[in-house]
Amino acid sequence: MSLRLDQQIISDWIPDGAKVLDLGCGNGALLNHLQERHITGYGLEIDNSKFADCIRAGINVLQADLDEGLSQFADQSFDFVILSQTLQAIKRPDFLLREIVRVGKKGIIGFPNFGHWQCRMQLALGGRMPVSKALPNAWYETPNIHLCTIKDFEQLCASNNLTVLNHSIVNHEHKDSLGIRLLPNLFGQIAVYLVQQQKD
Amino acid sequence: MPESIPADSVGLVSPATLHIDSPLKLDCGRTLSSYDLVYETYGELNADHSNAVLICHALSGDHHAAGYHSMDDRKPGWWDTAIGPGKAIDTNHFFVVCPNNLGGCKGSSGPNTINPETGECYGPDFPIVTVPDWVRSQSVLADKLGISQWAAVIGGSLGGMQALQWAISLPERIRHTVIIAAAPKLSAQNIAFNEVARTAIKSDPDFHDGDYMRFNTLPRQGLGLARMLGHITYLSDEAMGQKFGRELRSGAIQYGYDVEFQIESYLRYQSTSFVERFDANTYLLMTKALDYFDPAKEFDDDLTRTVANIQAKALVMSFTSDWRFSPVRSREIVNALLAAGKPVTYAEIEAHQGHDAFLMPIPRYLDIFGTYMQQIAAEVAA
Repeated sequence: MSLRLDQQIISDWIPDGAKVLDLGCGNGALLNHLQERHITGYGLEIDNSKFADCIRAGINVLQADLDEGLSQFADQSFDFVILSQTLQAIKRPDFLLREIVRVGKKGIIGFPNFGHWQCRMQLALGGRMPVSKALPNAWYETPNIHLCTIKDFEQLCASNNLTVLNHSIVNHEHKDSLGIRLLPNLFGQIAVYLVQQQKD
Repeated sequence: MPESIPADSVGLVSPATLHIDSPLKLDCGRTLSSYDLVYETYGELNADHSNAVLICHALSGDHHAAGYHSMDDRKPGWWDTAIGPGKAIDTNHFFVVCPNNLGGCKGSSGPNTINPETGECYGPDFPIVTVPDWVRSQSVLADKLGISQWAAVIGGSLGGMQALQWAISLPERIRHTVIIAAAPKLSAQNIAFNEVARTAIKSDPDFHDGDYMRFNTLPRQGLGLARMLGHITYLSDEAMGQKFGRELRSGAIQYGYDVEFQIESYLRYQSTSFVERFDANTYLLMTKALDYFDPAKEFDDDLTRTVANIQAKALVMSFTSDWRFSPVRSREIVNALLAAGKPVTYAEIEAHQGHDAFLMPIPRYLDIFGTYMQQIAAEVAA
């Protein structure tokens, strides 16, 4: 199984031997990759069509609806809780974000940046809801019901007292350009954030 | 009857009997000084005895899980959808063992067998056995077959409860536990249904306090009613609707009290055929084993502590339309295993068949189940 770009970034942030929870684990590619470094844990997934793949990959996969939260897990029971390319499909991203930092000592959230200039152009000049490689569905059939920009996400973290420990903003070619460094919310297509709950 | 044996069938099989002379102390305080266990096996035990799996049956099941006893059999064993060459429990890889539980009525010691101490049928005097008692007796069978550790213990419904109990009671003797459409204990509603079934049996004038054999009769009405009720709880509203709807046998309403709707006719058929093949005392005993099952009771009702010593990896599966042991009940088991940090995989299978779905050839279910079993086969090099 090959990793997506955001999954490669996430993998680099997790130290060997960590205990992780992967929310929306799909076919288990990330957890399978992490296992080689003795990183163990569980994958949660609502759609069991890929469960056979997960089992073949040696992943502990559990059927769960992330919209219901993570009440089955105790506070701070994982080193990392990962939510990659799924935040935008959640009914209440704010609620799940709080659940992530409750259950995980650290949270890793990857999402498509709706503030990318192509999205802005499609809406501003074309007058149509943006469709892109990361967000390929038309507005009426998209599972992506809560899209946000990098600024929006940082604002949500701040209002929930989350500290951003690290972040990586890239485009689909994984090129780190001057444009992205200067104006990430305009030129970044994929954002990945490492966050932690601020201690009182 | 099969005209020819299908290629993915274990074929013609015959049961074996193990007579055990060492006493078995039961949870109820009584002891069976000796007892018989009837069982079937499919596939070959490998050289290091690592590929054995135990199949635990549910309330009305028995040791005949797969294949045919003769070419005249109308149907194969009760879990033929899952057991056979190339099937989810692949007999090309696994040595499959399925015993008839103690207290059953298909050959293992139970109410309809002879009490060696009196020379007469046990009848209602057969002691009530529990799920932990079954696990103990099954471990004796494992010893005799030279199996020190099961590659997996597998069961649906009451069978799933045995698979869970195995992992709790004898953690070092089981590598995997596969718990399907089960619950960590019965709810009040579950017990209530069982009590109605028992009342139906016990209030049949032919029951004679369980001594019906001595009177050369059977509590047909009572056992049949119990089966009708049970059957309703095994199916979903949707499954019944799809199968029968409001279809009438004669095409028109008769304004009478005879069987009119197809569902009535079906339930009556289920009841009369069941009465011929099942024993009323065994039915009472099995429902009691269900009611009493509560492994967390010994651990201050803390299921997480109950599963803390489990060494087996777990596969838990439930079915969306199962209202007897709904997905919520399976999730109780899963959440306890998670809280205890145990390896567990959990799938909720979309199915309209209700509780009985665990016996059905549902592709997604058998795909997940079979893939999990292939992983086990690779692990034990079967």
